[in-house]
Order: sequence, then structure tokens, then C-alpha cells
Amino acid sequence: MKTYSRLHAKLSQGKFVVTGECGPPRGANKAVIDKKIKLLNGYVDAVNVTDNQTAIVRMSSIAASAHLVAAGLEPVMQMVVRDRNRIAIQSDIMGAYSLGIKNILCLSGDHQKFGSQPDAMNVFDIDSVNLIRTIKDMRDIGRDMSGFELDVAPQMFIGAAANPFADPFEYRVIRLAKKIDAGADFIQTQCIYNVDRFKEWIRQANDQGLTENVYILGGVTPLRSAGMARYMKNKVAGMDIPEEIIQRMDGVDKKNQADEGIAICLETIEMLKEMTGVHGVHIMAIEWEDAVGRIVNQAGLQ
Amino acid sequence: MITGSQKPINEIIKLVEPYKKVLILGCGTCVKTCFAGGEDEVAVLSSALRLSFKKMARAIKIEEQTIERQCENEFIQEAASGVAGTDAVLSLACGAGVQAMAKRFPKAVVLPGVNTTFIGIQESAGIFTEECSGCGNCGLATFGAVCPVTRCAKKLLNGPCGGSQKGCCEIDPDTPCAWHLIIERLTTLGQLDNLRTYIPPKNWNTSLSGGPRKLIREDHII
Repeated sequence: MKTYSRLHAKLSQGKFVVTGECGPPRGANKAVIDKKIKLLNGYVDAVNVTDNQTAIVRMSSIAASAHLVAAGLEPVMQMVVRDRNRIAIQSDIMGAYSLGIKNILCLSGDHQKFGSQPDAMNVFDIDSVNLIRTIKDMRDIGRDMSGFELDVAPQMFIGAAANPFADPFEYRVIRLAKKIDAGADFIQTQCIYNVDRFKEWIRQANDQGLTENVYILGGVTPLRSAGMARYMKNKVAGMDIPEEIIQRMDGVDKKNQADEGIAICLETIEMLKEMTGVHGVHIMAIEWEDAVGRIVNQAGLQ
Repeated sequence: MITGSQKPINEIIKLVEPYKKVLILGCGTCVKTCFAGGEDEVAVLSSALRLSFKKMARAIKIEEQTIERQCENEFIQEAASGVAGTDAVLSLACGAGVQAMAKRFPKAVVLPGVNTTFIGIQESAGIFTEECSGCGNCGLATFGAVCPVTRCAKKLLNGPCGGSQKGCCEIDPDTPCAWHLIIERLTTLGQLDNLRTYIPPKNWNTSLSGGPRKLIREDHII
């Protein structure tokens, strides 16, 4: 079987993979990327590079991904449809592949209303499902959206996001199926705190045979403090943090809260490792990259 | 209908200040229905302007008139004498009305007194909601008559996104998630299977993206 990236190869060999996350800096400072590379290198199989996440302007995900490639780390380049029309999207995908970027995660993108420049016009020419299909058609048929035959077509391992915690819940598995049909090879989920709801979602996906056709990486984010937990619960779109988790964080001394957050994260990973239909974990240690090594070691994921 | 809301009074004062005689011209159809530019709003705005200019000791004469529609020549004609005797027209019509007036009276200064907002409906007394963006290629049949192009903040055709929670859009808890509504409607109609089908990228050529649009009805051209 042809594999498109090292991440793909490991998943196809049945390894329980670990992906991390690298948020590019708000500026042109490559040293920030280098520092995050150092913290993640050797602990993860691939690193997601976010694309102007929360609609705050940052170094481009393509450039930051290229820095990772140069350092020998495999990026999963995130791409949102918020900021580019189909012309720019296809062009950027070709450019990214030419720079050695072999994994891509297709996203709608946080609405610019949340960001640092809410006056901006958004694009949303195509949606994230259209983006998946576009990359698949480039890869498998070798043509761009106009039908033009590409001399070298990007051959990327295609990812998509799933949020089992958004509503309407009954529709979430239908949407997952739609993304798989469109061409998603792997799925990275929203951060899991509501374990019961995740279990129910994966059960439905297993029942419908979806997990045989796609690799699912469960998302986790270690909580650094009770304040962060509360902020995420109330302010971050699509986040579901049960009250028990908040109380558990509140229940320990401030100086021990980060340890408690890592403990919660490790428990979630243990559960994911045992779960049918889950093929890996996606650790989003937001601006806390030095926690990743510890989590990976303690979870026995190396 | 086309909805709009009157510009803030201070902005209007700045617009009309350079002129000695101003006609406040209302429009008796859409903007009347949304309380932005009908006869009543013309009267209230005119009084407010007269008072403001009096306080500023400025001698600006304010005239009032409302015609049925500023977007149709047949009605625009009724404003001809009023326009002729004035330095500037402050139109309380939508942007189409303002431009139609300027086309019909090429030498007249025509100023906008209303911010045109959207194509919508009055959902309940005093609450207007956007329903259509005039994309020129209606897909409402697929979506249970709820438009994702207009009512989803991300224009998703294969929605909903991960920000939909408890029926609300991630941008604002007071904004219903269009995709939640679509799923509810299609469930009621027994047509939820509409959504299993992949919906390809939209052809925006019929929308404003294709450039300013023109509707030609050959059978009505004389």
C-alpha cells in the first residue's frame, strides 16, 4: 500500500501515534519555532502547525511547516478556508507539497469575530469538506478544481477535524461519514474532557464501520490551571469541559494544578489507548510545549 | 424586503452641513416597514435637524417629502420639483434608491441617510433578520428552506461546524445556528438524507463575486 507520509506509514503499521501542536509566533521570529521544535522533537510522530488559530494573525502555517521539515520533524499543516479562496488554496497546497509538507488538516477556521482583527472580511469560498475533496482529487486524479491536469500533483495524507462535543450530537457521526466520503484519511478530534460523550460518539462511529475507513486521533489538552479550564469552558467555541473536571482542578493547590491537569490528560490517554476505533492521540499543549515530553513518557507512548 | 437603519444624527449633520437647503426624501416601501426612512422617520429626522441647526445658529432650510419608491422612475418623477429647488437631497432610501435618484438627477447632490443592511424579514415586532444574500443560485430546496449561505456565519454547505452548541452559532449565543435549523427542518420533513450527499463547491459566478449583476428580460424590452 502506498503511504503518503511517515505519519501515514506508522498508522498503517498499527502504531498508536502521537501528534503534537506548534502554534506559529505573532511575528517573523523563526527562533520561536526552533524552540518548539526542540521541545517536541523525539516525542511525537508529527506536529500540527496551526493556521492563524483563533483568527489571530501569525506566521503562516506553510512557512512554519517548512521550518519543521527542514529540522527533520514531520508537520501536519493546518489549512482553514476562512482566509483564502479556492485559487489561493490550491496554489498554497501545491507550494506546501513542493516544500516537503506531506500531511494536511482541513478546517473551516474560527470566525474572525473572535480574533485580533474582527473588521476583516472572511472568504469561505469553499467549506472544509470541499477542501478535503479538492486535495483528494488533486492527489488521486491529478487534476485541479478546473480539471487541469497537474504535472506533479500534491500527494498528501489528508486529515479533517471532528468535534464530538458540538451539537446537534446525533448529526456528528453523519458529518464524520461525510468527511470520510469526501476523502479524509485521518481525523483529529476536539479536546476530550467529556469522556462519556466521546465514548458514545466512537461507539456510533464503530457501529457504522467508519473507524475501519479512517484513523482517529483523540485530542487532549492538558489544563494548566483551574482558571484555564474555566476560560476554555466559557470562551472557547465548541469546548465541552464537565463541571467535575473544573472542580477537580479547583480542589488542588494552585501550585499543584498543572500536575493535576497532566494527571487528567494521562487518564484520558490511557482510556484512548484501550478504545476500539482510536488510533492515536493528538496532544495540544497550548503554549506549554514542554509538557509534551513528560506526557508522552508517562503515558508510555514512545 | 430590504432593511436599513438610519445613520446616527451626528453623521447626518456632518453630511448635510455644507448645504443651505436640503430635501429629506423618504421612501414609502421597504425602509418604511423597517422604520428607517418612511414618512414618519422623515418628519422626526427633519425636526431633529432643524433643532440642531438652530442650536448651532446655522440657517439651513430643511424640506420634507416621501415618495412611494425611490428605486422606480415612475415614483422618482414625483420628487423632481423638490429636487430642483434644493442644494442637496438626503435620501432615506436603501442604497439602490440613493443611486436611482442620482441616475435620474445627474446634477443633484444625493446623500445617504440610511445604512442599508440586508434582505430580510420582520421576525417579530421590531426584530428584523437576514434571510437571503441574493447569490443568484438558490439552493433552498436542499436545505429545508433555511439558507446556509446567508445564515451560517461560515457559509458552510456541508455543515455544521464544530462551534454549533445548543442550537446557537459560535459567533453569538443570540444567533441561531443555521445548520441546527436545517437539521431540525429536514428531520421534520423526513428529508435528512439530503445531507448525506456531498455538496460541491458553490458557483459564485452568479453572486456579486462575478461582478455587478444585471437582470435582462428580453420580453419586456421595448
